[in-house]
Amino acid sequence: MYTFSSKLKTFSFILMAVGLLGIGYGFLSAPKDIQAVEAILAADAHGSHHEASAEAHVATEESHVATEVAHEATEVPVANKVADTATEAHDSIQAPVASEPAHASTEAHVAESGEHKVDAHAEHEKHLKHVLNQLQNKPWAALYVACIFFMLVSLGVLAFYAIQQVAQSGWSPVLFRVMQGITAYLPVGSVIFFVILVLCGLHFNHLFVWLGEGVTDPNSANYDEIIAGKTGYLNFPFWIIRAAVFLIGWNLYRYYSRKNCLAQDEAHDDSFYKKNFKISAGFLVFFIVTESIMSWDWIMSIDPHWFSTLFGWYVFASFLVSGVTIICLVSLYLKSKGYLEYVNTSHIHDLAKFMFGFSVFWTYLWFSQFMLIWYANIPEEVTYFVTRIQDYNLPFFGAVVMNFVFPILILINTDFKRISWVLVMAGTVILLGHYVDFFNMIMPGTVGDQWFIGVSEIASVLFFLGLFIYVVFTALTKAPLLAKRNPFIEESKHFHY
Amino acid sequence: MSNKVIHAIYNDDDILMDAVKKTRAAHHHIEEVFTPFPVHGLDKAMGLAPTRIAICSFIYGLCGLSFGTWMMNYIMIQDWPQDIGGKPSFSYIENMPSFVPIMFEETVFFAAHLMVITFYMRSRLWPFKEAENPDVRTTDDHFLMEIAVNDNEKELVSFFENTGAVEVKVIEKH
Repeated sequence: MYTFSSKLKTFSFILMAVGLLGIGYGFLSAPKDIQAVEAILAADAHGSHHEASAEAHVATEESHVATEVAHEATEVPVANKVADTATEAHDSIQAPVASEPAHASTEAHVAESGEHKVDAHAEHEKHLKHVLNQLQNKPWAALYVACIFFMLVSLGVLAFYAIQQVAQSGWSPVLFRVMQGITAYLPVGSVIFFVILVLCGLHFNHLFVWLGEGVTDPNSANYDEIIAGKTGYLNFPFWIIRAAVFLIGWNLYRYYSRKNCLAQDEAHDDSFYKKNFKISAGFLVFFIVTESIMSWDWIMSIDPHWFSTLFGWYVFASFLVSGVTIICLVSLYLKSKGYLEYVNTSHIHDLAKFMFGFSVFWTYLWFSQFMLIWYANIPEEVTYFVTRIQDYNLPFFGAVVMNFVFPILILINTDFKRISWVLVMAGTVILLGHYVDFFNMIMPGTVGDQWFIGVSEIASVLFFLGLFIYVVFTALTKAPLLAKRNPFIEESKHFHY
Repeated sequence: MSNKVIHAIYNDDDILMDAVKKTRAAHHHIEEVFTPFPVHGLDKAMGLAPTRIAICSFIYGLCGLSFGTWMMNYIMIQDWPQDIGGKPSFSYIENMPSFVPIMFEETVFFAAHLMVITFYMRSRLWPFKEAENPDVRTTDDHFLMEIAVNDNEKELVSFFENTGAVEVKVIEKH
């Protein structure tokens, strides 16, 4: 039996306390009204155009609009320019393609703004309202990203666990109790996540544009024809019922799978093992359907004008590799404390291979999604990546470095896959990388260019990390760390690669 | 000087493994072992050095990646940067995503083929090469261990008869 070390327990409490304080601070320091936003923006513009800050805002707003216009118009100028410069291509234009037309139209708009003072003022108010919504979203989005990330990581472990059951793998049964311990976070995480979804529906925040008031009403100023056309799917009651069904389904599998596994310990035949086999197979079918829909509901609908067909797989790859990494890290921790007698470096080696393989799989899907949209460059799809490359350049490409370049160079070596500190280092980078991945999926649609990894974001991660550690290690104390009568346990104990 | 070797023949891979371990423990030099199929753990029992072919393959892969990158950069960016359907050919990085499939395939192609050729060269395998098996049964169901004989022929023969060999032969090698 595992005993929860008091140091780790204290550590998890500290994480939760610090996290809660930070989350609270994030909500309190979010601006309440347009005046506060104006003050923040003035502080940002401080220095260059202090006395004319209001006008600077107008210009900023204009350039926003102009940039958007320019994006739509970029295709034509670029094509022309390329034709012009094709002959002198050796002096190729290095400047970002979009910037020149964007500048030109910015100037034009600013010039016009002199003549249309009233319009400019209205535009300025509109811009302030836009920024206010983004800044008010920021603590919510930070909470949402951390919450969904940790919940999906434990779901990834659950999916991996079910696959191991159904595949009748001979190496992993010694790790089943570790996996079950990690999935103990799923019920807790689901409840918190569901509460956040309900709060979104009750208009406590603006995370989901399509949940906004008047979006589907043709007489409203907020009317959005595209979203209105999707209300058959994107409406709050249907959405929240789907969420409830998915979360309950996953938790039921977790509950019965663990119950059967513990019952198998005391049984005299393999009936509970067979039962687990069947419900695992059923769960995997349920899982892959609900996982896909879940990714549309909880992540893709943040950008309701955008859609991508392989998005579900992409999200799945992201949290599956994080889940395997968590299994590896928790196993290494328990092993180092002497609790996993039969886990040897071959088991760890296998987990490391899965970390490596799924990292490459994630990259494959990331690139496939990016490259197909980049190549075809259809305006209605490409805006998704335009905002990410322009406003989230470092996180967007940094995630690829952390989730692909780093693991592929470190984990390709067979010997390294058996060295604990190498795996802890690689695992930490992979987990951080996939947090950034979820950050990239959710933040651009909620806070736009107002993103920052500050108090709110870090505190939210710390809170859920503390909760995760507390729940997981508490669950590990509830059952012996080695399943007794699993038909494959002997093979697993002597697994050697 | 005569160049004698002993051929100890076995008909079971477990017995062979035991014999190899005993031979190593008795410090007799194993020249070669012939088996009809890969015997798991035989290389470890014989004390053979691990293969470095994976390292070769990694380096070949890097060569392939470099080749693919260089080729696309030279052709598409340096030599004739045409506007093909609006793709930005001002610099390599701007048009990089469309080159990735080629870079990837070149990497795999170089890594795989050069590794295979390395394997053939190091194992001295080629068409029309004369087969080297000392006993045709080793390709079917027998295992053969070849041991160098110094001046201890009698001792060696009796040693190998005790290891479970079904046949022990002393062969004059040319």
